[in-house]
Amino acid sequence: MAMTATAGHAHADPHHIGVIIEHPGPASKRIVTAYGFWVFLLSDIVMFSCFFAAYAVLVGQTAGGPKGAEIFEQKNVAIETVCLLLSSFTCGMASIAADVRNRFWFYLGMTVTCVLGLIFLVIEFREFADLVARGYGPSRSAFLTAFFSLVGCHGLHVSAGVLWLLTMMAQVFAKGFRADVLRRMMCFALFWHALDIIWVGVFSVVYLLGSAV
Amino acid sequence: MLGKLDWSAIPFDQPIPLAAGAVVLVAILAVLAWVVVKGHLPYLWSEWITSVDHKRIGVMYVLLASVMLLRGGSDAIMMRIQQAVAYQSQGYLPPEHYNQIFSAHGTIMIFFVAMPFVIGLMNLIVPLQLGVRDVAFPTLNSVGFWLTATGALLVNISLVVGEFARTGWLAFPPLSELSYSPGVGVDYYAWSLQISGVGTLVAGINLVTTVLKLRTRGMNYLRMPMFCWTTLASNLLIVAAFPILTATLAMLLLDRYLGFHFFTNEAGGNVMMFMNLIWAWGHPEVYILVLPAFGIFSEVVSTFSGKALFGYRSMVLATMAICVISFMVWLHHFFTMGAGPDVNAIFGIASMIIAVPTGVKIYNWLFTMYGGRIRFATPMLWAVGFMVTFIVGGLTGVLLAVPPADFMLHNSMFLVAHFHNVIIGGVLFGAFAGFEYWFPKAFGFRLDERWGKAGFWFTFLGFFITFVPLYIAGMLGMTRRMQHYDVAAWRPWMIVAAIGMAVLTIGVICQIVQLVVSIRNREALRDRTGDPWDGRSLEWATSSPPPAFNFAFNPDVRGEDAYWDMKARAQQQSLEREEPEYHDIEMPRNSPTGFVCAFFATVMGFALIWHIWWMVILGGLGAFATFVVFAWRDHDEYVIPADEVAAIDRINLEERRKLVSMAGAA
Repeated sequence: MAMTATAGHAHADPHHIGVIIEHPGPASKRIVTAYGFWVFLLSDIVMFSCFFAAYAVLVGQTAGGPKGAEIFEQKNVAIETVCLLLSSFTCGMASIAADVRNRFWFYLGMTVTCVLGLIFLVIEFREFADLVARGYGPSRSAFLTAFFSLVGCHGLHVSAGVLWLLTMMAQVFAKGFRADVLRRMMCFALFWHALDIIWVGVFSVVYLLGSAV
Repeated sequence: MLGKLDWSAIPFDQPIPLAAGAVVLVAILAVLAWVVVKGHLPYLWSEWITSVDHKRIGVMYVLLASVMLLRGGSDAIMMRIQQAVAYQSQGYLPPEHYNQIFSAHGTIMIFFVAMPFVIGLMNLIVPLQLGVRDVAFPTLNSVGFWLTATGALLVNISLVVGEFARTGWLAFPPLSELSYSPGVGVDYYAWSLQISGVGTLVAGINLVTTVLKLRTRGMNYLRMPMFCWTTLASNLLIVAAFPILTATLAMLLLDRYLGFHFFTNEAGGNVMMFMNLIWAWGHPEVYILVLPAFGIFSEVVSTFSGKALFGYRSMVLATMAICVISFMVWLHHFFTMGAGPDVNAIFGIASMIIAVPTGVKIYNWLFTMYGGRIRFATPMLWAVGFMVTFIVGGLTGVLLAVPPADFMLHNSMFLVAHFHNVIIGGVLFGAFAGFEYWFPKAFGFRLDERWGKAGFWFTFLGFFITFVPLYIAGMLGMTRRMQHYDVAAWRPWMIVAAIGMAVLTIGVICQIVQLVVSIRNREALRDRTGDPWDGRSLEWATSSPPPAFNFAFNPDVRGEDAYWDMKARAQQQSLEREEPEYHDIEMPRNSPTGFVCAFFATVMGFALIWHIWWMVILGGLGAFATFVVFAWRDHDEYVIPADEVAAIDRINLEERRKLVSMAGAA
């Protein structure tokens, strides 16, 4: 098919090299939506990379305040990491349940994802509150500024994710597995997994490498 | 209750901003009153404000840019007059006010003139050139536009309520930190850019997805019109660069609002990090603006030379090369800030290398004209004027890319002249070329050629009379942003520049007159065929203005210059085509989401600037509620029945048959 197309229009496209695969026309809504959301996620990752860069620049600037090694609690971070990675798995289960239109497993998967996300947020909030209480708030030093901003920015994204998750559950409850609801669910799942990837970065750069400084 | 806001925010002691603000306010109220009294409000609401049609949104973007061009232009006039009179005197502007004017001028011209102008043209034309019905995310498109409008509104509010930044258009710390700029000026700057930046980002995502995923049948990448390619490159840059701006401004705001230490002098903050971050966005931004203009010139030059674009593939390659290299040169904006000779050398060389693909483009345009049948219509004048002007700007740019030369010239009027040379000569000329070229497509009638040409010549000459003296003053050692000066040698050049500004202003007035005259004579200037310039790409294949659905069918593309090709084939086949079978078309439904979102964003932005926290929360809740309501709606599309499509399309086809048979007879 492609070969005949090439032969047929060879005169119309004088520059062509080899076989031209004719473009079939606009993509489906599902593909367009997911593609656009991917582009958004990439831009969001660029934004995070600025905060990562700021952290890398400022990590040694403690201004007489505490260093990373003195304030990071590896046990907390380990629990947070396990929660978030597990929640990505349960989010995946919920996505599969949505694809096969199984309400029970969908609600279960989303609920567990939500609970794990909330546990993550509570641990992070307690870590922040504890640091502030000890006088190590973000305005103590440039290092703490960068730490609170990067980790807090991820935390804000998780919070937004939890709000979105609840909205998705409500939408499935009210409207069922309609095509547009499924598209939104797909975007939500992409978002949640992306947060996981960013957390792996946070975990490595902030807590592991940052402890060594 | 009202945070930092009280009566002292209104500058009763400064007559100029107060008078200007009063005039603007009266104008806005008069327009609103006229709209309400004449009963146009329902029409405006349902056809424009809530519209998700990419063409309407594109037109509104261009309108916003044009209005803001007048505002930014007034600032420019004030600065030129000040520098002409401020020799051994204070001039007529107090330093405080002058500093606000140059900061506002830069901010407005880049963010609220150049950006909306090119985004508007891309919005209007790219889906038409790709042969599709709309952009990828129509409602998001409307949100993006209205958020940009919010940013523009906040900047204008700062004219009367409070003050604008006095820090220059990039708000460098530590000057922009709370300790050195305790007023609300920097907050106005940062929040208006933050909000409009979100709008720009969604526009970028939308157009990238549109170009990559929504092309009509047969529209392979190497058959896309050049404007689509430059749109793709420019929007890829938006997606990659604007998040950097968002992050940088967020850091600055955290410093100012919560006492963080990203860029402060105390507690280990790092000012150079701001320079790196802001220019890692700021340099690609230059190309975000100029690449679409390059696309416009490609379309215009090829159409008015009656030839296919010379070296199409090298043009594509040059575009994408610029897209990539533009991210590798940011450091040339601070050669003098102590990065060291090795770093400076590398970035100097990278900055010179980017001139290569740009040179390729210039040659391609010249070779497109070579041997062509050139028609010097107004868009073509802008294109040729651009080539002359831009080469001068490019050459001075290469001079500045040499670090030792830059040590002499940085922060001088030479630099000011250079970037106005490329941005006016590149972006603004491109915007005007696109405006003149696509106006008949958007509104169904052509613009008056005589006034258009007068507008071009006055602007073109005015530009050189204004900026050549600035190059010279820079060579004579005049630094930029001077409120007043004592060096006699600079004086004559400042006076010549002010005269140039007057000539430029006449150019702008000519263009306004052109618009008025053309609207009056619109019946005589009517474009019935949809193809007034004998165009080559698909936007000319539909009627002017295009129907809501753009095309009754997805056009079938067989090669480059899709519509030229179709016209040629139609002549060969002597037009004996059967009536096609029409189908129902689903189009996205109008939505007030964008407008309502922007309303809450304005409330929230204003409240944040003045620390009115309850209002911030209210605005935030409102925005979230808007989002949920939008997500909850059930019917987001309406159907245009097949017979209506057929009726609209038949008129267009009939006019087109006449056109082709006339061309065939001739």
